[in-house]
Amino acid sequence: MMQARVKSVILYTGLLAGMILSMFPFYWLIVMATRTTSDIYRFPPQLWFGSHFWSNVTRVLQQIDFAGAFFNTLFVASSVTLLVLFFDSLAGFAFAKFDFPGKKALFIILLATMMVPSQLSLVPSFVMMAAFGWVGTFKALIIPGMVNAFGIFWIRQYAEESIPKELLDAGRMDGCSFFRLYWNVALPILRPAFAFLGAFTFIGAWNDYLWPLIVLTDERKFTLQIALSQLNGIYNTDYAMVIAGTLLAVLPLIILFLFISRQFISDLAAGAVKD
Amino acid sequence: MLREIWKHRAVYAAISPFYLLFGIFGLFPIGFSLYLAFHKWDGIGDMTYNGWGNFRYLVTDNEFWQAVGNTFAIWVYSTIPMLFFALIIAFLLYAPFVKMRTLWRVGFFLPNVTSIVAVAIIFGALFANNFGFLNYLLQLLGLPTIQWLNVPWGIQIAISSMVVWRWTGYNAIIYLAGLQSIPHVLYEAAKMDGATGAQAFFRITIPMLRPVILFTVITSTIGGMQLFTEPQVLVGNDGGAGASGMTIVLYLYRESFVNNYFGYGAAVGWGMFLIIALFSIVNWKLVQGKK
Repeated sequence: MMQARVKSVILYTGLLAGMILSMFPFYWLIVMATRTTSDIYRFPPQLWFGSHFWSNVTRVLQQIDFAGAFFNTLFVASSVTLLVLFFDSLAGFAFAKFDFPGKKALFIILLATMMVPSQLSLVPSFVMMAAFGWVGTFKALIIPGMVNAFGIFWIRQYAEESIPKELLDAGRMDGCSFFRLYWNVALPILRPAFAFLGAFTFIGAWNDYLWPLIVLTDERKFTLQIALSQLNGIYNTDYAMVIAGTLLAVLPLIILFLFISRQFISDLAAGAVKD
Repeated sequence: MLREIWKHRAVYAAISPFYLLFGIFGLFPIGFSLYLAFHKWDGIGDMTYNGWGNFRYLVTDNEFWQAVGNTFAIWVYSTIPMLFFALIIAFLLYAPFVKMRTLWRVGFFLPNVTSIVAVAIIFGALFANNFGFLNYLLQLLGLPTIQWLNVPWGIQIAISSMVVWRWTGYNAIIYLAGLQSIPHVLYEAAKMDGATGAQAFFRITIPMLRPVILFTVITSTIGGMQLFTEPQVLVGNDGGAGASGMTIVLYLYRESFVNNYFGYGAAVGWGMFLIIALFSIVNWKLVQGKK
């Protein structure tokens, strides 16, 4: 009995210490976003919230087109997510439930493409975008990312287990085409898998930095991450504003994540462990 | 055969977008990058054939090798504590009597959702030379403060701690899933045979967890070798004091897109690819081999 109590004290102390380390940077971010720049530069640091949040936010909105960057990011991330969900589920369903010549080889090729590091083709990809006239447009961000191997693999795993063969056979009997089977039979069943793949893709696209940094040249097309890094470089005399902008940029994603976290984390864990 | 293929034309149409897109935006650029690596090009003028020149320069380029060294140093400083802490958190969460499991998992995972640009800005403030929170802690403990962002090792510690903060929770959740997938009967059988807790841990838990550990080592190796945003936002395109934040990808980015040495940038890319491939194989052998 005594031993169990000691154990649980150690357990909770460890978890709590980890949680404090995990959460402190968020707390510090919020504290700094509510302070003036001279407060932030003061030593020892101010550890409690100030009252300047709205004035900092106002300056962010004046200095950069925050709303514009926000909607650019939202547009790019949503388009990529919708396209990925559609194309990945179409291909994942085909791989899971149909036999066709060359299926095995095609699937191995698909898996092999995941090993190719994207930085290798950074320079040529940029040159191609320039040749297509896509530099400075959202096409450069959306089109190369609209279907990916990971998502096809993920959907295939899910579809294999969850779509009953009998249902597909019944559909075929009624003369359904492949696309009808996908749209009317597979899609409703695959919906739970969409939550994870959609969130995963959306978060990735929202946070993407290197590629947008290279292809976005026009300030009006900047995504949040690019706008934020510019803010950090140019205006670091107004540090409180930079920090407030940072808070505004991470908040939407954190709120989205908190809504879906339970399902997201267990799907992620299942995907990594099962092979 | 052809009739068989024609019969499945709808299925091929369904999978074709991936192969089409990969061909255009994946395969073609790789071939192109090989071609480019043997040329001199500033992106505007003509390409001139340079033979092995770019690669000959690469192997003697001190800046490149320094970037390789920096990347490895940051990888070591981040991966070892990260996987160690992740394993501890996973074991704590695995305990049968822990309450509010979901809340803990969400709390530990939250840093992973945060964009690296934001993380770099926050950590810039934590590690700041004159007003940073870390220096405040050092002073509270009666220790001298450190000019974190002015000394090479300080920059590397700051970058590594961003990686640790962002990825420990992710790896903990992977380990936890691994622990939960170990069948309980194994532990029960060991108990019947009179095994102690430590024996069960080293004979059952660790061997059963090996594939998951391998997974995390490989993913953090690949991630660590591709580090870019953290140093770029924290210390800029030149890598900060003593260029100690200059990672391989940051070097590739600077040579290609700041200095416009496109041909050389492509050669750096291939150098990086070789290093990642070699390093992944060595890692794989090491983790697989120690039975």
